[in-house]
Amino acid sequence: MTTYGRGLRGLSLAAAATITAALALTFFYAPLDANQGFIQKIFYLHVPLAITALCGFVFGGVLGAMYLRTGDRKWDIRSYVAIHMALIFGIGTLLTGTIWAKASWGHWWVWSDPTLTSFLIVMLLFATYQPLRFSIEDPERQSRYAAVFAVVAGAFVPLNFIAVRAAQAYVHPRVLTLTGGNLPGAMRLTFLVSLVGIVLLYVTLWKYEMAAKATRMQVRALRRTLLGEDSVAPLKRSAAPS
Amino acid sequence: MRTVLTVLRKDLLLELRGFETLPAMVLFAIVTFVIFHFGLNQDTIDGQLAAGVLTVTLLFAAMLGINRLFVAEREQGGFDAFLLAPVDRSALLVAKATALFLFLVVLEVIAVPAFGLLLLGPSLGPPLLGLIAVLLLGDVALAVIGTLVSAIAVQTRARDLIGPIIGLPLLLPALIGMARGAGPLLAAHGSTSPPARWVAILALYDVVFALLSYAVFDFLLED
Amino acid sequence: MSLGAVFAVAPALPLHSAGKYVAGAYIVFVAILLIYVGIMATRLSRTERELAELRRDVEAQRAARDADREREPVA
Repeated sequence: MTTYGRGLRGLSLAAAATITAALALTFFYAPLDANQGFIQKIFYLHVPLAITALCGFVFGGVLGAMYLRTGDRKWDIRSYVAIHMALIFGIGTLLTGTIWAKASWGHWWVWSDPTLTSFLIVMLLFATYQPLRFSIEDPERQSRYAAVFAVVAGAFVPLNFIAVRAAQAYVHPRVLTLTGGNLPGAMRLTFLVSLVGIVLLYVTLWKYEMAAKATRMQVRALRRTLLGEDSVAPLKRSAAPS
Repeated sequence: MRTVLTVLRKDLLLELRGFETLPAMVLFAIVTFVIFHFGLNQDTIDGQLAAGVLTVTLLFAAMLGINRLFVAEREQGGFDAFLLAPVDRSALLVAKATALFLFLVVLEVIAVPAFGLLLLGPSLGPPLLGLIAVLLLGDVALAVIGTLVSAIAVQTRARDLIGPIIGLPLLLPALIGMARGAGPLLAAHGSTSPPARWVAILALYDVVFALLSYAVFDFLLED
Repeated sequence: MSLGAVFAVAPALPLHSAGKYVAGAYIVFVAILLIYVGIMATRLSRTERELAELRRDVEAQRAARDADREREPVA
């Protein structure tokens, strides 16, 4: 079994350093936005969280496809953790997004914002991932069906954004366009550093979670090997792959 | 291809012989129109509101059909029989999706005129072709996603619950397309052709998810 | 003293208006992170406990086996 703990310390130090740098840049270096003023600083947290969450979902879909292709359980665990982490980052996105909405436009939720709405739809979809897993008892079938879901839902993410963006007026500050963005230099640097920091954080937490899971599984396996089959308590029904 | 036709024929015959799903779907749609009349407190609606009401009603009626799509297979061993047969497994997907699509078309043949009668303000005549195009594209999406979700849900313990909660978010882009595509058609002096952008989005969605479903369906049938 | 230096350099934070929203957003982020770390800490201590149990059980089994072997009559 691969060891996930290797390199974890370096990775977490890099993540911490980058996030600290991003915070410093956000508050000491990036200029004040002409329209929104100080509120705009949330942008450096909210958008990287959103991008990372969405990429995390797609990443989970890719890992699910790998499981379907190889049948090796480790891909299913990786897919599960990726989606789980992306969900957490997604909750962070929604919370920071509503705070930003309230500060900018006075409402906690604005339907006319296509990005926030698409994001909500994606989150509603992935919120069904764990209930789905939990409702299938056979572990192999659970992994397989979860992988199918991850692949379909991962493909859904970009499509959903296209559809919702087409549906709504462009109220959400369109800072990131397909042409690369219209951020002025100092802001762009701060944003990129924040993005890298949040992505590093995601990868760090993913590895961290994988290491914890793998360790627990190895303890169980060790116990089974050393003490015989019946010394290991059977696992309760769960949504997580074991 | 022959497998598809065989399974399709079986499903259509089953439905014809024991009219269960389709009448329920139609009845549900009509009752929902009545509910909307009272809920919205309007005698007639038009434009985007009408398109929304129609789309939502068709969606929930479709959910009824989706929930029952694979139940017979599950309860009477149809899955095992299919797996034993030397046929391409994705044929089950195509057959079931086609059956569901046909059910939806029949549903709409009855429900849309009912809608025109009960709730819709402007006449259905001029925009009919455009509306049919939008509804057909939407039906493909409903059929494909519905079959996929139904196949997933039928193997879980919370069968009737899992289907809608997974299917509804997945279907949202298609629903947006259907409702926004039909909106201008049902307006008081609306256009007779749907906005191209929404037709394009619906078509794109249909193609992508049809291909994707075809690719992953095999994995759902393994034992 | 260094704190004073930080405040001297820091931009004037408009805490009375927009600042509280920005602070709120960053606090949410940190809170989520800390909650996650807390959950992982609980899991880690549980794994450590399981490992200690395993070690104890293996020792016990080994001791029992040695005791059996000693008690066996030499054929």
